[in-house]
Amino acid sequence: MADLKIYEMELYLPIAAIFLLAFLAPFIQKRAGSAAGWILALLPAFSFFYYLGLSIDIGFGVAIYESFAWIPSLGINFSFYLDGLSLLFLLLITSIGALVLVYAGYYMKGYALNDRFYMYLIFFMASMMGLVLSGNLISMFVFWELTSVSSFMLIGFFHEKPESRSAALQALLITVLGGLALLAGFVLINQITGTYEIIDLLSQRDAIQSSPFYFTILLLVLAGAFTKSAQFPFHFWLPNAMAGPTPVSAFLHSATMVKAGIYLLMRVAPLLGGTLAWKTGLTTIGVITMFLGAYFALTQTDLKKVLAYTTISALGTLVLLVGIDTKESIKAAIIFLVVHSLYKGSLFMLAGSIDKKTGTRNLKQLGGLSKTMPYTTFVALVALFSMAGLPPFIGFIGKELIYEAKVAVPGTANFLLYTGMLSNVLMVAVSAHIAWGVFFGKKGNTPLQPSETPFRLWLGPGVLALLSLLLAIFPSFLAENIVSPAISAVRASDINVKIKLWHGFNLVLLLSFITVVCGIFIFVFRNTIIPFFVKANGLLVRFRFADEFSRLIDNFLIFTKKKTNFIQGGIQRIYLLVIFIVTSLFVWYQLFYTGFWNTSYEFGVMPFYAVGLVLIMIAATLLTVITKSRLTAIISMGVVGWGIALIFAFYGAVDLAITQIMVETLVVVLFVMVVYHLPVFKNFSSKATRVRDAIVAIVFGGFMTGLTLKADYLNMYPAISEFYNQNSLSLGKGRNIVNVILVDFRAMDTMGEVLVLVIAALGVFSLMRLKIIKSKKAN
Amino acid sequence: MNSKIIQIAARFIKPMFLLISLLVLYRGHNLPGGGFIGGLLAAAGYIFYMMAYGVKSTIKKMWIKPFRLMAMGLLLAFISGFFALFANAPYMAGQWISVFGVKLGTPTLFDLGVYFAVVGVLLTIMMSILDKQEKWD
Repeated sequence: MADLKIYEMELYLPIAAIFLLAFLAPFIQKRAGSAAGWILALLPAFSFFYYLGLSIDIGFGVAIYESFAWIPSLGINFSFYLDGLSLLFLLLITSIGALVLVYAGYYMKGYALNDRFYMYLIFFMASMMGLVLSGNLISMFVFWELTSVSSFMLIGFFHEKPESRSAALQALLITVLGGLALLAGFVLINQITGTYEIIDLLSQRDAIQSSPFYFTILLLVLAGAFTKSAQFPFHFWLPNAMAGPTPVSAFLHSATMVKAGIYLLMRVAPLLGGTLAWKTGLTTIGVITMFLGAYFALTQTDLKKVLAYTTISALGTLVLLVGIDTKESIKAAIIFLVVHSLYKGSLFMLAGSIDKKTGTRNLKQLGGLSKTMPYTTFVALVALFSMAGLPPFIGFIGKELIYEAKVAVPGTANFLLYTGMLSNVLMVAVSAHIAWGVFFGKKGNTPLQPSETPFRLWLGPGVLALLSLLLAIFPSFLAENIVSPAISAVRASDINVKIKLWHGFNLVLLLSFITVVCGIFIFVFRNTIIPFFVKANGLLVRFRFADEFSRLIDNFLIFTKKKTNFIQGGIQRIYLLVIFIVTSLFVWYQLFYTGFWNTSYEFGVMPFYAVGLVLIMIAATLLTVITKSRLTAIISMGVVGWGIALIFAFYGAVDLAITQIMVETLVVVLFVMVVYHLPVFKNFSSKATRVRDAIVAIVFGGFMTGLTLKADYLNMYPAISEFYNQNSLSLGKGRNIVNVILVDFRAMDTMGEVLVLVIAALGVFSLMRLKIIKSKKAN
Repeated sequence: MNSKIIQIAARFIKPMFLLISLLVLYRGHNLPGGGFIGGLLAAAGYIFYMMAYGVKSTIKKMWIKPFRLMAMGLLLAFISGFFALFANAPYMAGQWISVFGVKLGTPTLFDLGVYFAVVGVLLTIMMSILDKQEKWD
């Protein structure tokens, strides 16, 4: 466990400031115009250096923690917990975020509503920072969902295109579905441990893992992580999310948001990790995703989709590495995470630049851009070399470490190693394919005449590519201050690692060599191999996840519509029937189980006038049911009501009695008024319906009786009336207890009741007026 | 209804009901009564008048129309809870001050809100049902 020195620091300030910036962004954009990107990037850049400064402390094994009460009674707080893992993510988010903002400042020029775009993007950034800095599971969940929502807004930014809208909806549905599973998992964790604070959970690993709910928790948390990180079989939303603007793809859908799932896995690894289920689940899904992503990347023709599928492959690799769950594999995962964010963020931005300058992202149309776009070409080659895992770039270190981790795995190692190598071979082929196809070879046939992009479009990718090189050559700062603390956080023990570019001649280097050679082999024979894959896909891959998912959603909508039409058919009789039947079934079930008849129940002697009153009420009720005249029925109902009022009066509830009399009288008047407008009384219903209604009525009335009897002998708690009796005058300053309860002790309830009355009045008003408006229109 | 007897009776009954309703509202804190019952009584007076003279002329004579009454009552009840916040107490906790020996408290205000809301609700329902053709404001 890392040395937990707890500092008091304003960790949340950058996040709060960036949230604020999100809402100011539209105004800044309007004032600053084309300089907006630079101005907006200042705060994230500043935050980056702030957190970088903290990395010195974190490097010494310090964790910083602070907490603000939110709903303390439920253990929900705004806690912030900064350790190596959160720091790593914070640095990635703020640095890439700042660069993407500079890039977007130029890229988004001329699009409608681009002021809003900045707002969403910065809002996302702040949410993502909150997510990785959260020290409380619930606040983490809140930020988690905020990233889903901002991702929805950003994917659907070109909202006039139907495919953008459907892609946005798809991504939202999948990630939010996973988010709900995650919440359930967190609640279960809380049920076992009694806390949501990560800092307290770290010591409760055994309690969670020995609990019978462990497997459920694991499934739920993995569902959250896998949907967010586009793992098989939820991977399909990520390629579709490329419908969003390119800065979004670079920031959310390669470098940060899709890594939230990985972050989550690493964060909960000390709690849930280490078991067979954890290892099996993660490695299986990881391997499938890794291989499928790399395979599909090769057959795509849209540059952004190629990158999206390689992202899926990389995410699969990360899940796999977390699942192998050794010190080496976590080290490889952390390094590869950095590697991937650097080269993929860079490549996405470059893809956007190319799209902007040539008017197409189709690999078949692009070609020979090195002559017209030399800087872009240079930067892209650096990033692609890193992606292919060639020295002297950091991608090489990443790949070496992955191989090293896989070689060291006992048991299934060979299988993991071979599929991993196969995926890497495909990655090399894809890199070579892009590099050659886009930048060299014969000149492409593009809609626009390509020209070099301005400084602002290649600054961001350039910095990231440069980092790919610099961090590989001088890895010690990265290793000591960022990677080691991060690994320590994931492994929950103090670990110091060294990173070297050159490992000497060994097995791993040989594997790397074989990988590159095979990759180049595929690249050389791409003209036969890729069409073969495409053909094979056409035959084999009939089942498309995205289509199946949308069909599922459509069918679900049809089902709910049918269900709603059945239960809420728009006829009041049916509504009442449904409510009565459902309620009485549930209550009768409970009454049967617990009993409602107290055997020792003794009937007290009632005064003769009470007996008479009850008899009159029974007679009036019967008359209401059997009479053929509406007026008679209404007046008999009134008699019942008055009878109840008198009973209240007999037993001393004067307020109730007065209210009842008033209400009863007014209701009778009201009914008479309504009846006046109704057509002549006739029997429309068949005998069967009436029998059915009678049965429902008797069942419903029966359970009310049962409940009343039960309430009479069931005294679970001491009666509260004594409290009111004693405190009404002293606390409520009134001698009329009923009224004091109404307006003081339980004023909130009264408020709700009055509100219901107002809503009912508005309902009556609109029902009656609607008819008038309709008839007036008809005239 | 065009019965002269009812019309003349209504002229006397309406103010009487209003007076009684205010009395009931006032004494509600210590004796049977309160905002709800008071509101019902006041509404009953108006409804009687409505039946005798029709909706339009009744509404015309009201200073505050039923819709406004309803909203006003709800607002009063809602606002009365906020005084507690200034005294650093939870929302709706009763606060009391003494003016010339008369104890005034937020529950009184709340009760008044309930009174207005109930009158408004009943009159709105009543006029919706009684009057289906005329346009009233």
